[in-house]
Amino acid sequence: MIDPRTSIINERLARIRRIIAVTSGKGGVGKSMISTALALSLAKEGCRVGLFDIDFTGPSTHIILGIPKTVQPKEEKGIVPANFEGLEFMSLVYFVSGKATPLRGADVSNALIELLAVTQWGELDFLIIDMPPGIGDPVLDLVRLIKRIEFLVVTTPSMLAFEVVRKQVELLLELKMPMVGVVENMKRDNSETIKEESAKLGLRYLGAVSYDGAVEDSIGNPKKLLEVMGASLDEIKKAAVFPKGSSK
Amino acid sequence: MHEWALAEAILASAQQIATHEHLTEISEVTIRVGELQQIEPPILRFALKQMATPPIKGAKFHILKAKSNLKCRVCATTWQYNSKKLDKSTAEAIHFVPEVAHTYVKCPKCGSPDFEIVSGRGVWLEGLKGVQYK
Repeated sequence: MIDPRTSIINERLARIRRIIAVTSGKGGVGKSMISTALALSLAKEGCRVGLFDIDFTGPSTHIILGIPKTVQPKEEKGIVPANFEGLEFMSLVYFVSGKATPLRGADVSNALIELLAVTQWGELDFLIIDMPPGIGDPVLDLVRLIKRIEFLVVTTPSMLAFEVVRKQVELLLELKMPMVGVVENMKRDNSETIKEESAKLGLRYLGAVSYDGAVEDSIGNPKKLLEVMGASLDEIKKAAVFPKGSSK
Repeated sequence: MHEWALAEAILASAQQIATHEHLTEISEVTIRVGELQQIEPPILRFALKQMATPPIKGAKFHILKAKSNLKCRVCATTWQYNSKKLDKSTAEAIHFVPEVAHTYVKCPKCGSPDFEIVSGRGVWLEGLKGVQYK
């Protein structure tokens, strides 16, 4: 017996110019905040942007965005993502009524394949994928299923985070995955350590987001989030998605 | 209609097999749909017929059902999923993404959400009959 769903995934994503997975081997480094802010910031530039939350057991991008319950995906020959603040948005939260979703590895893979097979993203400039922490099934599934996937890695200045990130990066490089670069989140000083360590791995250092208590206050308020993170995001965007000579 | 998206996936998969096996015409396609996903066979068949292109156009679509068997990983109890015991919105959520059953369904004996979907999940392409290019 053949699972037909995997045959249609790349067709579903065919009209998306770039697919960027925001990842980190370590949890708590701010992947969801960076992916949501990056998606909002790109949409503000006039790009057509999708945000796909695949942290199935701990989704949070809907909370960062503050999406009201009235904004829902539509059923139309599959599922058409919800539209909010200029983003096409999809998350498993639409199917779990705010309850816990205890999933094992194979279930995570199946849910991911299902959503990739039935979500009608349409034409986009960017699809930003907010990933769960770790190097488990979701990373391996994206590598296996999405031909044009690129990875943007988030770390904090802590070497505790970076040592885990390093292992993930080495794995992705071994798998010959395109790497967008490294974002250093919650930076508190002028240390160059992460920049230097990224260079050793052959990765571009895309920029830093300073630690700012106001980020917490911007949860649920996309406009405030862009105000708080705006300057750092401009630097990251310039390096990550609009490098010199490219057009948006 | 979720069935349309799945029909498109079935046809894409059948097309890939036809190309790989050098089939010039596909006469029959057998599909098995899991009970957990509550696919409506008439809608699925209609979507398949509407979207089929050569060499699948004109094929007969057989849609078979698979009973759902769930097994508790904690106490090994086995049971069958019954959508009639769930409210409409819950059954619909499981229809879209069967894995969210772990949010709503619990082992009838010990109450654990840690169970295995042994059978009855998703949609499967079970077989194709066709004419091979010589």
